[in-house]
Amino acid sequence: MVDYPGAASPPFRLSMLIYDRRYRSLTIQAVVFIGVMLLASWLIDNTLRNLAIMGKTLSFDFLFRRAGYDIPQQLIPYTSDDTHLRATIVGLLNTLQVSILGCISATVVGVVVGVLRLSNNWLIARLMTVYVEVFRNIPLLLWILVILAIFTETMPPPNAYRGENPAASMVMFDMIAPTNRYTAVPSIGMSNPPGVIALGREGISWALIAYAVVLAAAYVAHRLLRKRAKRIQDATGRRPSTLWISLALYLVPVALLTWYFGLHLVPPVLKGFNFAEGLNLDNAFVVLWLALTLYTGAFIAEIVRAGIMSVSKGQTEAAYALGLRPRRTMSLVVLPQALRVIIPPLISQYLNLTKNSSLAIAVGYMDLRGTLGGTTLNQTGREMEAMVLMMGIYLLLSLIISGGMNVFNSRVKLKER
Amino acid sequence: MSQTQSVAFVRDSMLPPEPPPTRASGAILWLRENLFSGPLNIALTLLGLGILWLLFSTLWPWLSHSVWNANSMAECRQIIAAAHGPDASGACFAVIKHRWNQFVFGFYPVDLYWRPVLAFGSLFLALAPVLFADNPRARRIVIGLAAVLTFLISAVLGANGVELGAMAVLLLAWVALIEARRDWALLATLIYPFLATWLLWGGTLWEPAMVLAGFVIGFFVWRALSAYGMFAFAAAVLVAAFWWLALSDIVARGIATVLPMRLTPVTSDQFGGFVLSITIGVAGIALSLPLGIILALARRSDLPVIKMMAVLFIEFIRGVPLITLLFVASLLLNYFLPPGTNFDIILRVIIMVTLFASAYMAEVIRGGLAALPKGQYEAADALGLDYWKAQRLVILPQALKISIPGIVSTFIGMFKDTTLVVFVGLFDPLKAMSDTIRASFEWKGAYWEPYIFVGSIFFILCFGMSRYSMHLERRLKRDHR
Repeated sequence: MVDYPGAASPPFRLSMLIYDRRYRSLTIQAVVFIGVMLLASWLIDNTLRNLAIMGKTLSFDFLFRRAGYDIPQQLIPYTSDDTHLRATIVGLLNTLQVSILGCISATVVGVVVGVLRLSNNWLIARLMTVYVEVFRNIPLLLWILVILAIFTETMPPPNAYRGENPAASMVMFDMIAPTNRYTAVPSIGMSNPPGVIALGREGISWALIAYAVVLAAAYVAHRLLRKRAKRIQDATGRRPSTLWISLALYLVPVALLTWYFGLHLVPPVLKGFNFAEGLNLDNAFVVLWLALTLYTGAFIAEIVRAGIMSVSKGQTEAAYALGLRPRRTMSLVVLPQALRVIIPPLISQYLNLTKNSSLAIAVGYMDLRGTLGGTTLNQTGREMEAMVLMMGIYLLLSLIISGGMNVFNSRVKLKER
Repeated sequence: MSQTQSVAFVRDSMLPPEPPPTRASGAILWLRENLFSGPLNIALTLLGLGILWLLFSTLWPWLSHSVWNANSMAECRQIIAAAHGPDASGACFAVIKHRWNQFVFGFYPVDLYWRPVLAFGSLFLALAPVLFADNPRARRIVIGLAAVLTFLISAVLGANGVELGAMAVLLLAWVALIEARRDWALLATLIYPFLATWLLWGGTLWEPAMVLAGFVIGFFVWRALSAYGMFAFAAAVLVAAFWWLALSDIVARGIATVLPMRLTPVTSDQFGGFVLSITIGVAGIALSLPLGIILALARRSDLPVIKMMAVLFIEFIRGVPLITLLFVASLLLNYFLPPGTNFDIILRVIIMVTLFASAYMAEVIRGGLAALPKGQYEAADALGLDYWKAQRLVILPQALKISIPGIVSTFIGMFKDTTLVVFVGLFDPLKAMSDTIRASFEWKGAYWEPYIFVGSIFFILCFGMSRYSMHLERRLKRDHR
C-alpha cells in the first residue's frame, strides 16, 4: 500500500472495499449505519403496530386540554382549569427553581467544606472528611427521606407557635418558623410599590425591571472602568485601583433603589392556626433543596480540594519571588490554575444536581416529572408523548447548562500556542 | 597535640541532649500546632467541638437507650420507659433483627434463601482470580472465607442435605480450580453470570446454558475463520444469532426432557431488599464496563458515522435523569418490542441501568484514552499491530489503568442509583422495604432505624469499593515518578 504523494493510486477494485484500509472504513461505516437504521425502523414499526393495536395515535393535543389538578407551589399563576401545557411549564419552572437554588447553595457548601478540609485544624479537617465520605457514599434518596422524616417527625405543627408560652419558637431572629407541613420564611415587601406591567395573567414588577437595568448599567460601567485601568497599566505600568469604584458602581444605585421602593422583609406572623404575611415554603421543596445541597456539596468539596491541591507550591513561591503580594498571587496565579481543574467536574456536578432534582418524586414536589411525567401522564394515558416531551426538555436543559458552562470553561482554559 | 586535654575551658566530651521544653513537645505541642495555632484556628476548633457536642447530645441518649430484642414498637417503648423513665426516647433496633430476612431477601421464598446466598457467595470465587491476581494471600483468605461462610449461612438458613451436598462439591471444586489452574478459573468466572442467573431465578438450567452455548459457538466460529478477518466476526455473530433465535429453545427443551436440572422458579416480583440491589448493581457493573469501552472507542474512532452515533447515544443518555429512563423501561419498552412480548421487569431495569452507566463509563474511559501520549498510538502502529490488537495490547491496558478512579466512582454511583428502582414498583431496601415494614401494625413509627441500617450497609459497600480502587491504583502504578 504505497501512500506517498505522486504515486499513481492503483485502479479501484471491488475487493478493495474489504482489504484496503482506505476503502474499508467506508464499508464498515455503511454496514453499521444500515444496521442501526434497520434496528431503528424495527423499533418504530413495532411502536406503530402497538399503538394501532391499542387504538392510540401519536398526538400532542392533550397539552391543550384542561389539566384539572392542583399544584401546591407555583411560580406563575395556575389553577386546575388551566391546560396541561401550563401545568408542564409550572413543573419546569419548579425544576429550574430547585436546581438553580441547589446549585448556588451546593457551591457555597462545597467551597467552604473543601477549603476547611485542607485547613491546618486537625479537628475541623477530620469532621469535614467524615461529612464528605458519609454523604458521598450513601444514596441521595436516603438523604431525601431522612430529611423529610426530620421535618415531618420532629418539627412542631404550626399551632405549636401559638399562645403566651408557645411549645416552639421561631429561629433566626424570629424570621423563620419550620413546621411539619411548611417552612414559614419572610417575604419581601415594598412600602412604595412602583406598579406592575401586566402581561396576560403574569405581571412583572417595575421594581424588578429597575433593578435589572441598574445592574446591567453597572456591569457596563464596570467593564469600561477595567478597560481604562488596563489601558493605563499598559501605558504607564501602574494599575489604578478599581475595586472600590466598582463596588460603589454596583452597590450605590441598588441601595438607592432599595431606599426609594422601601424594600423590607415581612416576617411570617401566626394568623389563626397558620402563618400568614410571609412566605410558606412547602416542605417538599425545602427537603429536596436541603438534600440536594448537602449531597452535591460533598462532591463539590472534593472537586474544590483537588483543584486547590493541584496547584503546586512552586507556583505560589514563584509569584512571591516576582514580588506579587499574597492577594494578587491568589487572584492572578493560584485561582486561575485551580479553576481550570475545578470547572469541568463542577459543570458535571451541576448537571447531576439538575437531573437528581427529578427525585422530587420521593417527596411529592411537583417538578417537571411530577406534572408532565406524573399527573398529566396518568390522567391522559399518553405515556409515549409525555415521556418523549419530558426527556426532550431534560435533554435541552442539560445541553444548555453544559453549553453555557463550556463557554465559561473555554475562557478560563489555559491559552496554549 | 594533646593540648585540648590540658586546657581547662575546652570541653572534651559532648553534653548529653537536654529534653525539649515541655511546651514544645508531645501532646501539648501537637495541640498547639493543630488546634490552637491562632485566633482563627481556635475559633474553628471551638466550632468543631460545638458541632460534635450537638451531634453527641442529640444522638447519644437515643442510641444508648437502644433496644435489640422486642417484637413490636410498643414493646420497645415499654422497655425503654421501664429502664430509663417515661420521657426517655430510644432507638428500637429490634426492627432490624425482627425483619432482617426481609431487608436482605425481600419476598424471596424462605426455603430457597440458600440460592441467593450461594449466588453471591460464589461471586467472590468468580472475582477472586481477577481482583487478587497477584496477591495469593488475600486471594486465599477471600475464597476460603467466601466458601466457608456461604456453606455455613446456607446451612443456618435451612438448606436441605442434598442442596448442601451439591453446594459443598461445587464450592470445593471451584476453590481447588482457582488454586490449581488459574487460567481455567477465569473460564469459570465467565460461566458465573449464567450460573447466578439460574440460581436466582430458578427454572431449568438449560435456558441460561443455551445462551452461554451461543457465545461459545460464536467464539469457535470466529476462531475457526479468524484468517478471514472481518468476515470471521460477522459470521460468528450471525451463527450465534441463528442459534439463539432458532435452535436454542428446541435444544434446551430436548435436553430438559432427558435431564431436567430444574430449580423452583422464583418470579421477579418476589425479589427485594439487598438481593435486588446487588443483583441489579452487579449485573449493571459487569455489563456496563465492556459496553462503555466500546462506546469510548467508537467516540474516538476515525470513522465519522460511528463517531456521530456514539456521541448521540452518550449525550442523550447523559442528558436525561435515570428516573425517566426507568420509566421508559416500565412504561414504554413494551411499545418498542413486537406486540405480545412482555419481558421481565428486573431485566428491563438492568438494561436501562446498564445503558445509563455505560454512557458515563464511556466518558471516563474516553478521558483515559485522551490522556495517553500520542507516542503510544504511534508505537503500536509502528509495531504493525492492527486496530484491535493495538487497542487490546497497548492502548486499553494503559487507558483503563488511568481511568480506574473514574470507573469505580461510576460503579459506586450506579450502585447507589439501584435504590431508584422503587419508583417503578420494585422493592429496594431503602424506601420500599422500610415503607413495607412501617406499614405493618407492630412496627408503625419505626422511621430512623431502617434508614440507619440501610444507609450503613450502603456506606460500607461503597466506601469499600472506593478504598479498593485506591489500592488498585497504587498497585498498578508502574512509573516511579
